[in-house]
Amino acid sequence: MNRKIGDQTFELVSKPTIIGTGCFVGEKEAYGPMGKYFDGYSSDDTLGQDSFEKAERKFFERAINIALRKTRLKPTDIDYMIGGDILNQLVSTNYTARDFQIPLIGVYGACSTMSESLALASGLMSGGVGKTVLCLTGSHFSAAERQYRNPLEFGNQRQTYSQWTATGAGCVILGSGDGPKITKIAFGKVTDYGVSDIANMGAAMAPAAYQVLKAFFIDTKTIPRDYDIIATGDLGKLGSDILRDLLMKDGYYLGQNYMDCGHSLFNSEQKTFQGGSGAGCSAIVFSSYLFEKLKNKEINKMLLVATGALMSTTLNQQGETIPCVAHVVEIMNLKEKVNG
Amino acid sequence: MVESLLMYLKVLLVGGAICMIGEIIIITTKITSARILVLFLMIGAVLGGFGAYSYIAEWAGAGATLPITGFGSALAAGAITGAKTNGLFGALSGGLIATSAGIAVSIGLSYLVALFVSSKTKKN
Amino acid sequence: MNNEKRNQNYLKYVEQKSPKASWFKSLFHAFLIGGAICCFGQMCGDIIKSYFPLMDILLIGTWINVIVITLTILLTAFGVFDKIARFGGAGTIIPISGFANSISSCAIEFKKEGLVFGLGAKMFYIAGPVIANGVAYSLIVGIVYYILQILAVV
Repeated sequence: MNRKIGDQTFELVSKPTIIGTGCFVGEKEAYGPMGKYFDGYSSDDTLGQDSFEKAERKFFERAINIALRKTRLKPTDIDYMIGGDILNQLVSTNYTARDFQIPLIGVYGACSTMSESLALASGLMSGGVGKTVLCLTGSHFSAAERQYRNPLEFGNQRQTYSQWTATGAGCVILGSGDGPKITKIAFGKVTDYGVSDIANMGAAMAPAAYQVLKAFFIDTKTIPRDYDIIATGDLGKLGSDILRDLLMKDGYYLGQNYMDCGHSLFNSEQKTFQGGSGAGCSAIVFSSYLFEKLKNKEINKMLLVATGALMSTTLNQQGETIPCVAHVVEIMNLKEKVNG
Repeated sequence: MVESLLMYLKVLLVGGAICMIGEIIIITTKITSARILVLFLMIGAVLGGFGAYSYIAEWAGAGATLPITGFGSALAAGAITGAKTNGLFGALSGGLIATSAGIAVSIGLSYLVALFVSSKTKKN
Repeated sequence: MNNEKRNQNYLKYVEQKSPKASWFKSLFHAFLIGGAICCFGQMCGDIIKSYFPLMDILLIGTWINVIVITLTILLTAFGVFDKIARFGGAGTIIPISGFANSISSCAIEFKKEGLVFGLGAKMFYIAGPVIANGVAYSLIVGIVYYILQILAVV
């Protein structure tokens, strides 16, 4: 049986292995600091499609194909896939699943989708449901912009604390065998500290990351220093600083081992202000940079804490604040010592 | 020559100042573009309704008529002119008649242009 | 600690933590671009006046608006306007160019959903409130003035 530790954390008995990843990104991401780790990019972010929503689906498709090729699997080898995206009704995920004919569990966790699907998949697999499972998510700048904000050609200034939705999709395949394993998972509580400014995602999401991280540290009796890397999803620079401050108040110090996928995705010349955002951020950084480090045993113990702002433009216009959630996935290279 | 230069200075000052007030409101209240447009339109309509805007427009020319406040005042002033000349019917139609050219070009040309152009992804 | 108090403290903290746009720079940009657009309009007006000296001042104003609107829509179509706007901020939003850009950018963006429910309906996504409010104010002003006329106040 999987064991529940403390309030929110579960320790997995049969620990699924990350057997392969794939990611495909847009041009701006490829020219960023993480550029050399990505599997592929396209300078045409429509990928030959006539709408950005259809293009996002193509990004998903390419990420899956890369991951399948790397793991030498066929779509029929996959038991089911868990994934989502930030467009309404998870259109990109649903249509991708239609094209691949892989059974689908669609989940909505906004930008937290990567850690949410990894946590769900590993929990299910540990309980015996599925042997090979694919986790998938991504986002597209232009598609997100037209759904959540303004038309692309609309002239307005971006706030200094705003972030840039990453274009790209990441895909992680879980199975068995050697490799980095998912050992513990923790699902977060929906947290809302009253932020209603949809440009300030970092400030809205930081409390959610704080909530689940604090619970995880208490449950597992660990401190941030026990991990080689703690990676949040898309808090951006401002959000990361806020998270540091919030955890510091409770005596948890996030040091050099802390990174934010969104913040590390772009450099300062790319004018993204606080860095990247969107479900694609944690997906592409985890499936490229972080997985490579795990595979090469440069890091052996890490936490992925993707955060998601579960906002709806309708409710926001009705004056509601932004509820946010974050989920923790602990990934380890298990050596001789068992159960970490 | 000096007179014309002075006029341009007035245009720059009034036009720039109106935009600057808009920027101050945007920075301090973080309201969206649509709201700022409606707000300035309303201010223009009120000033136009009381006949005050035409004095500013006379003094500063395009510096007062080009900002959206000028659009609002034209709507109000048009309705008043219509009421004076054509009674109730003029009161109902005057505002739109005064601004019809601008609205028609905005909508019509946007429609035509959109048939041929697609939005492009932004680099930054 | 109750949530409302916690949220208030948090929002205050976020406000002070968030990076601020430079006041001087944004105001200067808005002034410069806004002023420049108006001067350009004035120049167009002067040119029209030199060819048609008898033209009514209101009509010239309308022509200036039409010229600026046309140029804005063309710049939007070529994908240039948003770059100017990023620099100018309110300097491009407040002049009639902001209104024209809001219609044309929506029209271009949403035409993918078809000519009826996409282009036709959603082109007023941002400018719709402006037109709706404008027409409503004009109606109120017109009717009030008409009633005052009957009552022989004005």
